[in-house]
Amino acid sequence: MSAKPILSVEGLGKRFEVGGGLLRRPAQVHAVVDASFEVAERACLGLVGESGCGKSTLARCLLRLVEPDEGRIVFEGEDVRSLDGPALRRLRRRMQMVFQDPYASLNPRRTVRQTLAEPLVVHGLATGEAVDARVEAALAEVGLPPDSAPRFPHEFSGGQRQRIGIARALVLEPRFIVADEPVSALDVSVQAQVLKLLEALRERHGLSMLFVSHDLGVVRHVCDRVAVMYLGRVVEEAPVPDIFDRPLHPYTRMLRAASPVPDARARFSLPRVEGEIPSAMDPPGGCAFHPRCPSALARCAKERPALADLRGGHRVACFLHSPEAAP
Amino acid sequence: MSAPAAVLPARGWTRRFRANPTSWLGVALIAAVVLAALLASTIWPLDPLEQNVAERLMAPTAAHPLGTDTFGRDVLARLLHAARISLLIGAFSIALAMTIGSAIGIAAGYLGGWFDAAVTSLLDVLLSFPTLLLGLMVVAMLGPSMGNLVIAIAITELAPFARVARAPTITLKGRDFVEAGRALGFSDLRLVVVHIIPNLLSEVVVVASLWLATAIRTEASLSFIGLGVKPPTATWGGMIREGFENILDAPWLALAPSLAILVTVLGLNLLGDGLRDAIDPRARRD
Amino acid sequence: MTEPLLEVRDLTVEFRSGGAWHPAVRNVDLSIAPRETLAVVGESGSGKSVTALAVMGLVPAPAGRIAAGSSIRLSGRELVGLGERELDRVRGDRVAMIFQEPMTALNPTMTVGEQVAESVRAHRGLGAQAARREALRVLDLVKVPSAARRMDDYPHQFSGGMRQRVMIAMALACHPAVLLADEPTTALDVTIQAQVLSLVEDLKREHGLGVLFITHNLGVVALIADRVAVMYAGEVVETAPAAELFETPRHPYTEALLASMPRVDRDVGALEPIQGNVPSIREIGPGCAFAPRCAHAQARCRESRPRLEPEGAARSVRCWLRTASP
Repeated sequence: MSAKPILSVEGLGKRFEVGGGLLRRPAQVHAVVDASFEVAERACLGLVGESGCGKSTLARCLLRLVEPDEGRIVFEGEDVRSLDGPALRRLRRRMQMVFQDPYASLNPRRTVRQTLAEPLVVHGLATGEAVDARVEAALAEVGLPPDSAPRFPHEFSGGQRQRIGIARALVLEPRFIVADEPVSALDVSVQAQVLKLLEALRERHGLSMLFVSHDLGVVRHVCDRVAVMYLGRVVEEAPVPDIFDRPLHPYTRMLRAASPVPDARARFSLPRVEGEIPSAMDPPGGCAFHPRCPSALARCAKERPALADLRGGHRVACFLHSPEAAP
Repeated sequence: MSAPAAVLPARGWTRRFRANPTSWLGVALIAAVVLAALLASTIWPLDPLEQNVAERLMAPTAAHPLGTDTFGRDVLARLLHAARISLLIGAFSIALAMTIGSAIGIAAGYLGGWFDAAVTSLLDVLLSFPTLLLGLMVVAMLGPSMGNLVIAIAITELAPFARVARAPTITLKGRDFVEAGRALGFSDLRLVVVHIIPNLLSEVVVVASLWLATAIRTEASLSFIGLGVKPPTATWGGMIREGFENILDAPWLALAPSLAILVTVLGLNLLGDGLRDAIDPRARRD
Repeated sequence: MTEPLLEVRDLTVEFRSGGAWHPAVRNVDLSIAPRETLAVVGESGSGKSVTALAVMGLVPAPAGRIAAGSSIRLSGRELVGLGERELDRVRGDRVAMIFQEPMTALNPTMTVGEQVAESVRAHRGLGAQAARREALRVLDLVKVPSAARRMDDYPHQFSGGMRQRVMIAMALACHPAVLLADEPTTALDVTIQAQVLSLVEDLKREHGLGVLFITHNLGVVALIADRVAVMYAGEVVETAPAAELFETPRHPYTEALLASMPRVDRDVGALEPIQGNVPSIREIGPGCAFAPRCAHAQARCRESRPRLEPEGAARSVRCWLRTASP
């Protein structure tokens, strides 16, 4: 990686306990296991995978909305996991989040002005008229008219609400945005508006971003690099052209082939996908993907391949591509 | 398309409330009772405490439309002034129960973990006592006085408020806008006060209107047993008890306050049902 | 061309809101031949799901109604105006529907096998033994692995993709001629979506089904559709064979939608978003419903509403720019 990283993550892990009772031990779900990656200054890393792969948990761990169990998160030279109290609040000024559901992510009883002013007041960044000026500036920045300020979220469409959510993340002038499926709840014709807005804001403010999505098309468009997760682990990570045009991991290939393309030539190429996504509570041994893998070797059921750097920043966890990559 | 969240009242609830004739009946009944209590001396200027031994146990006449009691006091005047006491005790005890009960429920729901488990078990114990028995035990311990009566009734109604506040707190805590608040560096206190409480208040208010009826009944029951407000102050429960002694000779003595309680409780229940249906139209079908 | 299994003519469905009737679906024409998948594609509020409900006779009264003059013919038989009992017989016997969220359509307290068997018995009058055998047969048909064992499991023990297979099995158990699928893969992961789409495709070929497939995803359309109807704000704005639609979209909305989609197969450069928002059914003016957002709109587009005009043998488009004589 050429530019210096703004965020680097090493060996991050998060377990959840589910079920259990008075006499029954709760089951452990390894939501994120040994995740390591970097995000370069002004870059956008995509995090893709199917439901239950741990991508949302990982995103929330970065902001400590979910407390990770192990690993290191270094943001702008600061060890995020060791922060508490005022230091953690200062971190949250520099790292913000955009949520998936534009209906659930805004408090229905607060006006747009209240929603946008609150962070400024809490962090003591503006008082009195300066607050209104900054709220107005934030609205203009995301393309909403100034008369939006006194209105309530339910008066807006999904796309407009997502703009409000983005404005709220931006009022604190963060350096880094974690976007969790920011367009997947929107209509197709509105998605592009929001994607363009995010693009413009990234450019203007020099933002770096972690972009979580299940939609490979959107990720291809928005991101510079992509990490693919399967059952809590990053199985492949590479620059966008490599992931989409030269995927190495059999799971990335399956995901890529199954992603629909608006082109009728795809008509008869429905991929034959094997098997179901296993439960994260009871992941298969060895490489977690081996039961569905069309090219699984005997050793894939027994050993787990480590994430190995091949060339040009293309990392993959698969014995087919790095036979020596035993853990 | 995402369904509106269970804890947030659907929009237009005021319109739905106004469109429901039975909630209007509830409003009318309660308004009548409250007005009567407020304007007691204006409506009927006789002194509720003035005794007149010559006119004991008189049947209703023009001078005493509801008759007189064993001390010759005017029953209508006592009924109107008792409304003040009964409503005040009901309102204060509900306010107390609502504040403390909701605070407990919100704390349990927000903090979760062992605290939540402990609070929930305690509430279950509290709920397993019959309301009247619990009130009786508390008054017996504290001694009968108006303040203690308020406390006793409040304690009997803590659990429902704690329960009704706890469930939506858990839901709201997991909502994205609360998580967004944490990401923005808001304190827990701010998240609870600014972002959680306003979103569950409507549900708590509905419960308050329904339990206010119970509070008034509990007050009447305790006064009936003699553990309520000390005579000669008039309360509905006390009046029923006094009337009960002469139920065969002067049935109006017990009947009038009983009807007053009936009307108030009915009005509050209609009002509460109307509010609940308006705020959560889905509850209606259950 | 074979006679259509399902033919919808001039379908208008209205809903009551604020004391007035507003059309959610306006003058929709559709037809499906045996062994044909017609994809109806549109955004929220396009009327695509309401169209499917109307075909199933499930427009909720009294809030909604099918307007006079609408016609829905299934194998030649008119469905509009049929009584509830006759409709019940048509539903399931001739036309079956699968939904986006199978969990809500399955009874959580009955085993999967019982539910499929129940639907077989209700529509085909088989005995308990025969119904169970038939249930097993259709569960095998939709490739539920080790169906003989799993049919005694409850719905919550199935994954989302497997539940959708069960729903399809229940639909097939009654040998319908037409399958209505309303966003059946939207809640599924892409790899599981691919499996369910393959299954629908196989069933269509092997059993000669006509499939009405409702989706918002143009990528999914490309995978399974033979013909496509694009809906916007309650109207069909364009119909075309799938291959032609993606090659040469004719309606400005279709064109704009394709230009606004990021694609997984190639770098598209700058996206061209469609300005504005999808209109609600209450705010549609006298002109073309898309005119307020259309980059090519002219005065005439705002004043009067274009008709769906045929273009060649297999296509049609609702746009003044395409149909007006120069």
